[in-house]
Amino acid sequence: MSAPLYGLVLSGGRSTRMGQDKAALRIGSRTQLERTMELMAPHVERAFVSVRPDQREEPLRGGFEQIADTRANLGPIAGIVAAQERFPDKAWLVLACDLPLLDAATLAFLLRARAPQRLATAFRSSHDGLPEPLCAVYEPASRRSLLAYVEAGRQCPRKFLVGAGDVELIDEPEPRALDNANTPEEHASAMSLLEQPNATAAAAARRLTVQYYAVLREQAGRREESLTTSARTARELYRELAQRYPFSLDPTVLRVAINGEFGDWTAPLADGDSVVFIPPVAGG
Amino acid sequence: MGAPFRFVRSAIDTGALRGELLDAGCGGYAAFEGWVRDHNEGQSVRHLEYEAYETLAVREAERIVAEAIARFRVAHIACAHRLGDLAVGELAVWVGVSAAHRHEAFLACRYVIDEIKHRLPIWKKEHYASGDSGWVNCERCAAPHAHQHPEPLEHA
Repeated sequence: MSAPLYGLVLSGGRSTRMGQDKAALRIGSRTQLERTMELMAPHVERAFVSVRPDQREEPLRGGFEQIADTRANLGPIAGIVAAQERFPDKAWLVLACDLPLLDAATLAFLLRARAPQRLATAFRSSHDGLPEPLCAVYEPASRRSLLAYVEAGRQCPRKFLVGAGDVELIDEPEPRALDNANTPEEHASAMSLLEQPNATAAAAARRLTVQYYAVLREQAGRREESLTTSARTARELYRELAQRYPFSLDPTVLRVAINGEFGDWTAPLADGDSVVFIPPVAGG
Repeated sequence: MGAPFRFVRSAIDTGALRGELLDAGCGGYAAFEGWVRDHNEGQSVRHLEYEAYETLAVREAERIVAEAIARFRVAHIACAHRLGDLAVGELAVWVGVSAAHRHEAFLACRYVIDEIKHRLPIWKKEHYASGDSGWVNCERCAAPHAHQHPEPLEHA
């Protein structure tokens, strides 16, 4: 039985690098805060804005139900702690307000993957493999350990999820969806992506050819295929394919070839590339 | 003289390969033959199949041959590797080297066969008497082998 889900949009950041309030930045006709609240609404019973106490009366934030931080200078984790203190028996969908590329499909994907018997459900970053703490579901069971973490003087929510152990980690269906925008340049880059229809998918999608050999050929059930993917590197591509096929080999024992030469797992893939994953060899 | 490395799908013609190495300036010739053995890691092997990512394997083999020639100063190297189904006792891989002296020929031959085994994208599936089968080195995520080669001796 899963706990009822409430929503929390974090808007209490200082926006130092942006030079202006990130919650008030506009995406089309709406502010980032309004847009994030709208994305969240269909999934939660109640939605709150997390604020610092001195932000309560601001017009932008005043129109929403609020939860004010109870601890100062802790960053975003203070918002999560305050929400759990106020409604300890609810699960919380927590979203940062500076995720301009977050879309409804990515959020729906997270909620379908929610594992209520665990402490939390979060995306694994496509950049560094670590959990993304500010687009995640925190179950009521996480409250005690999160509080203990903060009371021990720690405040990094990502490291909390890394150390919490019992966390459901899922791969992002759209690798750029959780890119946050902390600077005017990052925000402008996200806006230019959003200006084209179906922009994030189009910008990220590439057509690749993949060939399979030996044990991977048997497990994929094919020698070759062409596919359209948002995977940016061979590492992301293998991870994506491993969800589709029952690959038994850990990528650490494989090599990769790109366009007929041994290649790099982390090099960017280009449209039209051909990729071969090379299982441990046994010639001679 | 053919390409220094080739894949073949029927019996390797060792006489023709050896013929490619003949050179009046060479006084030594060494060859290695790898055969299909009837057992591996305690299992009785009935037959096996080889599969390769041929374009990359050929390129990498040409690099190995060039390295061996530069490193051991041998005259000629020829290699062949079978693909497809092989029965016990069949010749799976052949490496031959000719050189001015026997010492470099032995070293280069050893270098080439070792590097072929470790670097070329070639895979071997063993079919066992028990009816089981398995891709060698892939069923238990084997770690890569550490291997070393001696340096060539200086000739006076």
